[in-house]
Amino acid sequence: MQQDLRALWFPVASSGDLPLRHVYQGQLLGLEFAVWRADDGAVNVWENRCLHRGVRLSIGLNLGSELKCQYHGWRYANGDASCLYIPAHPANAPARTIRNRVYRSVERYGLIWSAIEPLAEPPVIPELETAEPLALRPMPVAAPASRVVEALRSYAARLGAEAVEPAAEVPPAGAFALRASWRRDGEVEAAAFFVQPTAARACVIRGLLLGDVAEAERVATLKAHNAALTALREEAEAADAREPDAAAAVEEAKIPLSPRVTTVAGGERAASGEAIRVRVARKWRVAADVVALRLEPISGALPPPAPGAHVDLHLPNGLVRQYSLTNGPAERDAYVVAVKREPQSRGGSAAVHDAVREGDLLAVSPPHDNFRLARGGGRHVLLAGGIGVTPLLAMAKALAATGRSFELHLFARSEEHAPFADDLGGLGASVQMHTGLDPTATGDCISAILADRADDAYVYVCGPAPMIEAAVARAEQAGWPDSAVHFEHFGNAKAVDDSTAFEVALARSAITVAIPAGRTITDVLREHGVSVPTSCEQGACGTCITTVLEGKPDHQDVFLSKAERASDACMTPCISRSLTPRLVLDL
Amino acid sequence: MTGRAPDRALVDDWHVVVDRSWLTFGQLYRTKLFGAALQISPDVDGRARVSLSATGAVLPSVERYGLVFASVGRPARDVLDIPEARESDRLIVTGGSIGVGVSGLRAVENFLDLGHLPFVHADILGDEAHTEVEDYDVARAEDGGILVTNCRFFQPVASPSASGGIMADYAYRVFRPFTVGLYKTNPKQPDRRDFIALFVQPVDEERCVAHSLLAYVEDGLTAAGVRAFMQLIFAQDKPILENHVPKRLPLDPRAETPIRADKSSIAYRRWLSELGVTYGAIPA
Repeated sequence: MQQDLRALWFPVASSGDLPLRHVYQGQLLGLEFAVWRADDGAVNVWENRCLHRGVRLSIGLNLGSELKCQYHGWRYANGDASCLYIPAHPANAPARTIRNRVYRSVERYGLIWSAIEPLAEPPVIPELETAEPLALRPMPVAAPASRVVEALRSYAARLGAEAVEPAAEVPPAGAFALRASWRRDGEVEAAAFFVQPTAARACVIRGLLLGDVAEAERVATLKAHNAALTALREEAEAADAREPDAAAAVEEAKIPLSPRVTTVAGGERAASGEAIRVRVARKWRVAADVVALRLEPISGALPPPAPGAHVDLHLPNGLVRQYSLTNGPAERDAYVVAVKREPQSRGGSAAVHDAVREGDLLAVSPPHDNFRLARGGGRHVLLAGGIGVTPLLAMAKALAATGRSFELHLFARSEEHAPFADDLGGLGASVQMHTGLDPTATGDCISAILADRADDAYVYVCGPAPMIEAAVARAEQAGWPDSAVHFEHFGNAKAVDDSTAFEVALARSAITVAIPAGRTITDVLREHGVSVPTSCEQGACGTCITTVLEGKPDHQDVFLSKAERASDACMTPCISRSLTPRLVLDL
Repeated sequence: MTGRAPDRALVDDWHVVVDRSWLTFGQLYRTKLFGAALQISPDVDGRARVSLSATGAVLPSVERYGLVFASVGRPARDVLDIPEARESDRLIVTGGSIGVGVSGLRAVENFLDLGHLPFVHADILGDEAHTEVEDYDVARAEDGGILVTNCRFFQPVASPSASGGIMADYAYRVFRPFTVGLYKTNPKQPDRRDFIALFVQPVDEERCVAHSLLAYVEDGLTAAGVRAFMQLIFAQDKPILENHVPKRLPLDPRAETPIRADKSSIAYRRWLSELGVTYGAIPA
């Protein structure tokens, strides 16, 4: 039986294939990737299809932090590939479920590595860690990868050199990686070759020369290897044409044409099997009553979060709680969350503080990004109340990384209560602390901050409910439009009325279901095979936000803005209900 | 016939195989329909004769509107009747035949699509300052097919006779799986509608030739001007269509991500499913 190559990591591009604002078309096992580097340096490896109509994203535009499809102008975010903008409906935010498939990737040794369904971490090759390897020209070959690996075993002879030891597999990189060594002019030289199976009967040889090559000899060295690899290619292609070896062809992966509304990578509730196993690599105190957790993946890479995103953290006592990630744009090797001990804890914060230890295994959901940075914008004002700084810290790091103008105001009882002082210090003069203010003084301070308003300015607030309410009210007084004020609540403390019964019609799925009293829309829909992604299930996080096409929702959440509520164009079906007998949703 | 056999409904129908003006007496024109190689040449009377290259069998064929229609089965109905083509004040021109490496069903869907106009046909049939697709109506036509009405879209250069941007009124009619028509406001006579028909020739499941027929309300237009305009538009569509993955049209409405602006394409895909069309499609 053939090894399942979808589980293995392969190089899919060279770092040099990703110049500024370019989109490179990568290939692996018959699948295509759109590979692009954002202006913040992060590399994205995505399925090479726009979700809308399947047009290749590799012919799209790299806008620096977004990728724009050529066909209908849909824009996808650097990192989590969520759709940010659908020009055909400019007034509606795209449904949260519209997110392109992201393949895990890592940039290492001058190569971009990716895997379709990785079972292990990307290979670390000690010999390559220490040296600065010289990359050979990638050599595409129209022959099966296994055949090419066999041909590479005699690489030393092909160079006209004497092999030092037999070519051997490079252990962590799998069967498609070989290390060859030879002696030339008395000196031992070596190279690592990675054979990337692009399709059933096609591959690319990516070679890295180990050890230093003197500047003056580089061109001659590269030429010699290029000649050897070209000869190898011609030979392998001729051999494959002469006697095609069916068994050597690698099995291709299928283009994933899956129903997007119901199975969105990272969109499903973590409890339904999408949870990622992580290890608590570090637990440390970041302020009075606040601890931070650094969560590293057990295997593979983590889905990259958008700034402001949160995850569902599964705690040892069985509780699931939502915590914002503080990760900056290039911090992709671990999730960092911070948790404040709540005196009235229902068990979540107490579990983190008292029960979770370094080395423990936990599970997290993929990130939900419902608290988002506005696209563009001249000035971004971030208002944080205590532990509410966590999503705003991630946003501030993202704004700083792209050179955009922002100010972060942190309101805390005392300096001792200000989390992440070190990270904040690193952001310099853009961060201002306001300590020891009472509610009235806090409100007045916010009014002073918001006194000057420009058309392209945005406000983001996260903190305790009274602070958010005050900030929203003060912004309104100062003439800020509702659409420029973004906020995120810790939870929904309002009493919920679930006594109504009504009917919900799904426009895209073409089904109608009855919602009885006592049950939520999302629950009933899940029974009918339409799962709307949810996270907090109390109308606080916005993960489930859904477009309403007809009917008047009975909003019971704390997520939507006043204008969004009044428009009746969207709702949070995890908790909200209907004032009309029938609702039509865009699902 | 090579490849998969087409569905019965498609076999027993007419498909355009060549623009009549391309044929020259004494020369064989070669093309394909449903994967089968055809050869076409005018006979001594000037009538196009269409035969299967493999067997020499002569296929039923008809010439109309300057196009040659053929069938690989026994056509159950006549070639599509276009009343506009009989209106004497219209310029009736074929707009060119463009080979495209994608399923013909994708080409029909692209023709029905309003949302791509500002991007693919920037500054001609749309511009990036006006991207919104307002709500429109979709209904089944009584005698088959789909009617798409009340489409309004801003267009900088709506047609070869346009002299400035207009809010263009569009209506579409899908007549047959590979035949679609567009009725659009004439920029100079807002009470008349120019008509464009697209006849898509399924070369095989993943290749087609798009043949267009234009019935414009004549107003200083020349055939060469109209053709140049159509060919510019098709040249813009071709590279986008050829970058669809997969090349066939998935009929499951959830295989891709339809939005409200895609009502017409959702109706088209659903209708194809009901008709049992699988050629060039990925069935739901």
